[in-house]
Amino acid sequence: MEIPMIYYLVVSAIMFFAGVYGFVTRRNLLAVLISLELMLNAVDINFVVFNRYLFPGQLEGFMFTLFAIGIAAAETAVAIAIIINIYRSIHNVQAKNLDDMKY
Amino acid sequence: MDYSNFLLMRGELSLIVVIVLLFFYDTFGSKKSQKLFSVTACVLLAAQTIFNIIPSVPDSSFAGMYQISPIISIVKTILNIGTLLVFIQSVAWTKLEHVVVRRGEFYILTLMTLLGMYLMISSGNFLLFFVGLETASLPIATLVAMEKFRHDSYEAAAKYVFIAVFSSALMLLGLSYVYGVTGTLYFEDIAARIGDTPLAMVGLVFFLAGMGFKISLVPFHLWTADVYEGAPTQVTSYLSVISKGAAVFALALVLFKVFPAVESVWQPILYGLIIATITIGNLFAIRQKNLKRFLAFSSISQAGYIMLGIIAGSAAGMGSLVYYVLVYIFSNLAAFGVISAIENKTDRVSMDDYNGLYRTNPKLSLAMMLAMFSLAGIPPFAGFFSKFFIFAAAAEQGFYILVLIALINTIISLYYYLLVVKAMFIHQDDCVIPSFQSSGALRLSISVCVLGIVLLGIISVIYTQIYQVSFGVFGL
Repeated sequence: MEIPMIYYLVVSAIMFFAGVYGFVTRRNLLAVLISLELMLNAVDINFVVFNRYLFPGQLEGFMFTLFAIGIAAAETAVAIAIIINIYRSIHNVQAKNLDDMKY
Repeated sequence: MDYSNFLLMRGELSLIVVIVLLFFYDTFGSKKSQKLFSVTACVLLAAQTIFNIIPSVPDSSFAGMYQISPIISIVKTILNIGTLLVFIQSVAWTKLEHVVVRRGEFYILTLMTLLGMYLMISSGNFLLFFVGLETASLPIATLVAMEKFRHDSYEAAAKYVFIAVFSSALMLLGLSYVYGVTGTLYFEDIAARIGDTPLAMVGLVFFLAGMGFKISLVPFHLWTADVYEGAPTQVTSYLSVISKGAAVFALALVLFKVFPAVESVWQPILYGLIIATITIGNLFAIRQKNLKRFLAFSSISQAGYIMLGIIAGSAAGMGSLVYYVLVYIFSNLAAFGVISAIENKTDRVSMDDYNGLYRTNPKLSLAMMLAMFSLAGIPPFAGFFSKFFIFAAAAEQGFYILVLIALINTIISLYYYLLVVKAMFIHQDDCVIPSFQSSGALRLSISVCVLGIVLLGIISVIYTQIYQVSFGVFGL
């Protein structure tokens, strides 16, 4: 018996909004980055599931997922580079130390 | 495979050639020859602009993945001109000791983002659109962190990169739902199959939210002021004009090409966004003391005005949008040119530092005054005409109340733009910035911007030309 599509969509929606929650509440920059990855991966699940269940004859969703994975990796690399730079300068990666500019 | 497809991508390919040439120059050029690096970058970009200056005929290649039309190539040329002005402005900055080691990176990364914008605005498929968008936004994070030992710079970079990824994720979620409803990523096919089903609407709203972050519409604007303040001034000017202009144009194209069937849904959303953006951008600009922050909020409210062209949804709206972006590039770059001239010499960017500037540096004050007048929309400068056309385009479609609110906001904006002029011309101060001579390149760029501000409004052929080709958008 095949698992109905809605199960996957619920999982991906929960993943996405867990990511949003983490993005807003985490204080450590690396944890924020992990939350962002969670969001991007939830979207990938969406694309793959739609392609697999609704449009099995084509590959557009799969291709999009591959590109999205690649770009997510690039994003992580840039973000990590910036975080490392911050660590070198102030010796921690807490968001509360990055509040010089506001309002 | 048919390689003639590549012939249409003339602009992109020539830009890649420029990037590769600069890369080799930066890597293998001797230390002595590197002195000419900035000049070479400017000359190569100018050559590339001239090479692509003739607007292409409407066509598409790679099975509709890549599309080109006269208005798209005109927008590319406008973006090129803006980037060229930014490059000329940054010659003096790239000679500073802590920047000179990364000079090549500055030029190459900036051109990479330009390439991403090219792909974004001439895409006919959401895959290429997404790739272009990311290419346009990721290198900017590294550009913002260019002065990496300064606290503000890396703080701004961290804020920028997280917001950029967050907004892409929102946009992707929207796209995934749109894909689920329609089963395709091609613009034309989506436009034919989309209806106002709940899932498609969720997709549309998330997509708009993601793009709202990129254009910094209220309520997605909170990163803007911080990033603009923390980034090096040259990067800020690039971010505020080129990046924003390209994103607005891409959003307009997607809304017209992909979601025309659900116009009744996105129009009210934009209506609210525009009112919030213009009003809040203006009100927050009043209380800023730092000029870079001040221009950040001013650019937020300007983005709101530009969106009036999108909500009009007509060829007139599209034409006035492109014209507005062109004028905005010149006005804003003049202001940033003056700011970076003063920052290079004295390291001061606060509004109080400009007190009595007219006494010591009359030319710079004059350029700044013209830029402020143009941004505020005082006739006979170009800013007046661009505002007039965009209001007229929106009023034509019956958005009278919206135009009225925008007009009231123009008056509010006059107040804070004139605060800068007042500081320069009327206020006196004991520690006035001493008289100085800025570098030749900077003076050239500021004069070109001032010329643009004065002439763009008077030479009507530019506007009529843009207006004529903007019908091509709806033909596709």
